[in-house]
Amino acid sequence: MMAFLAEEGAQNPLIPNTAELVIGLLCFFIVFGLLGKKLLPNIQKTLAERHDAIEGGLERAEKAQAEANRTLEEYKAQLAEARHEAARITEQAREQGAVIIAEMREEGQRQRDAIVAAGHAQIEADRRQVTVTLRQEVGRIATDLAGKLVGESLEDTARQSRTIDRFLDSLDGSADAGAGNGAGAGAAR
Amino acid sequence: MSAHTLLAEAGCHIQHDCAFPAPGLNSFDFKPIFSIGSFDFTKPMLLAIICMLLVVGFFWAAFNKPKLVPGKVQLIGEIGYTFVARSIAREVIGKKGDKYVPFLASIFFFVWFMNIMSIIPAAQFPPMSRFAFPVGLAALVFITYMYLTFKTHGFRGGVKNLVWIDGLPKPLVPLIVLLEFIQNVITRPFTLAVRLWANMFAGHMLIVMFSVATWYLLTPSLFAAVAGGSFALAIFMTAFELLIQFLQAYIFTLLASIYISGALEEGH
Repeated sequence: MMAFLAEEGAQNPLIPNTAELVIGLLCFFIVFGLLGKKLLPNIQKTLAERHDAIEGGLERAEKAQAEANRTLEEYKAQLAEARHEAARITEQAREQGAVIIAEMREEGQRQRDAIVAAGHAQIEADRRQVTVTLRQEVGRIATDLAGKLVGESLEDTARQSRTIDRFLDSLDGSADAGAGNGAGAGAAR
Repeated sequence: MSAHTLLAEAGCHIQHDCAFPAPGLNSFDFKPIFSIGSFDFTKPMLLAIICMLLVVGFFWAAFNKPKLVPGKVQLIGEIGYTFVARSIAREVIGKKGDKYVPFLASIFFFVWFMNIMSIIPAAQFPPMSRFAFPVGLAALVFITYMYLTFKTHGFRGGVKNLVWIDGLPKPLVPLIVLLEFIQNVITRPFTLAVRLWANMFAGHMLIVMFSVATWYLLTPSLFAAVAGGSFALAIFMTAFELLIQFLQAYIFTLLASIYISGALEEGH
């Protein structure tokens, strides 16, 4: 036992064993060689590719997003423009409508006035004609009547027409009063 | 097989007039599996080769034909790769660190797999508790550190990068230069190797200790209760080691990247 311990004690654990050193380094170099030259570059490449794939996807998504945003903006702008346009057109139509209505109202007024004026003129003309006709008729009838009553005595035309005129004037006076009333009623209507 | 295991298997128990076969340095020495002349092929070497095959095999399965949409193995590999690339290289060195990811990833996974061997049944030994293995890796890191320092800054700039700090009061300069030199050129590689080695060494020692003690105390007596406690501790230490194994691999890689970062840095 003591001999065994003494034998073991001679070994200093801090003195490296040469064979172990060589084998340890050899093993490490094999690991380093394979990992460093082949396996880790492999995975580095794959990780980079994966990164690219993911990043690329994100980039594409971003691009699509930007595109969508741009389109949306465009639509919004167009919509705003269309709204503006519509408002403008509506306003214009309203103005035009107002103008047309005013014009039509004016036209109507004018036509009404014209019709009324024409009516008045017609009535006046009719009245005149009737008056003239009546005057002649009444004159003739009255003359005839008077002639029949007094025979041939009333042949003097001058006296005849004076008498007739006087008669008619008095007749006119009463007729004018009646026509004035009638015209007033027509205007009111 | 180490000596104490043989003793334990021989039925060495307390109360059997048998001294406790305390684990010691002998727990880290193995009889050669075979010898060629003066070259002894031992279990740690076998484990190192197995770990190398495991790391290469795993990453071969994961990354040999990588797909854009990863399978399960590739996904696990990617998580591991991304851990080193992002959390170590990018975090410490920055964008320039991308070049060194293969180196750092190789270190991380090789060391981690080697460490895990500590609690894999039948293996149950961390090769990193043999000083030669961490020394080899630390030497590689140190060579890389020196190479990058002088390649980036030239000879004068490189030396300045190793020993000089701007804006020091004049009287302090010689002291700081000496300290910086010792720290960067001597302490760094040494502690890098020793930290990993000592952690694995101590972890293995603890697990062996409690395992052997469990066996040693397991007699039909009150000691059996103590053996139960020892066994519980052995289980606990095994779980704890799982954490330490990862942590040490991570720290080793992290320090390597810090050194590389220091070498690439513009003055300091």
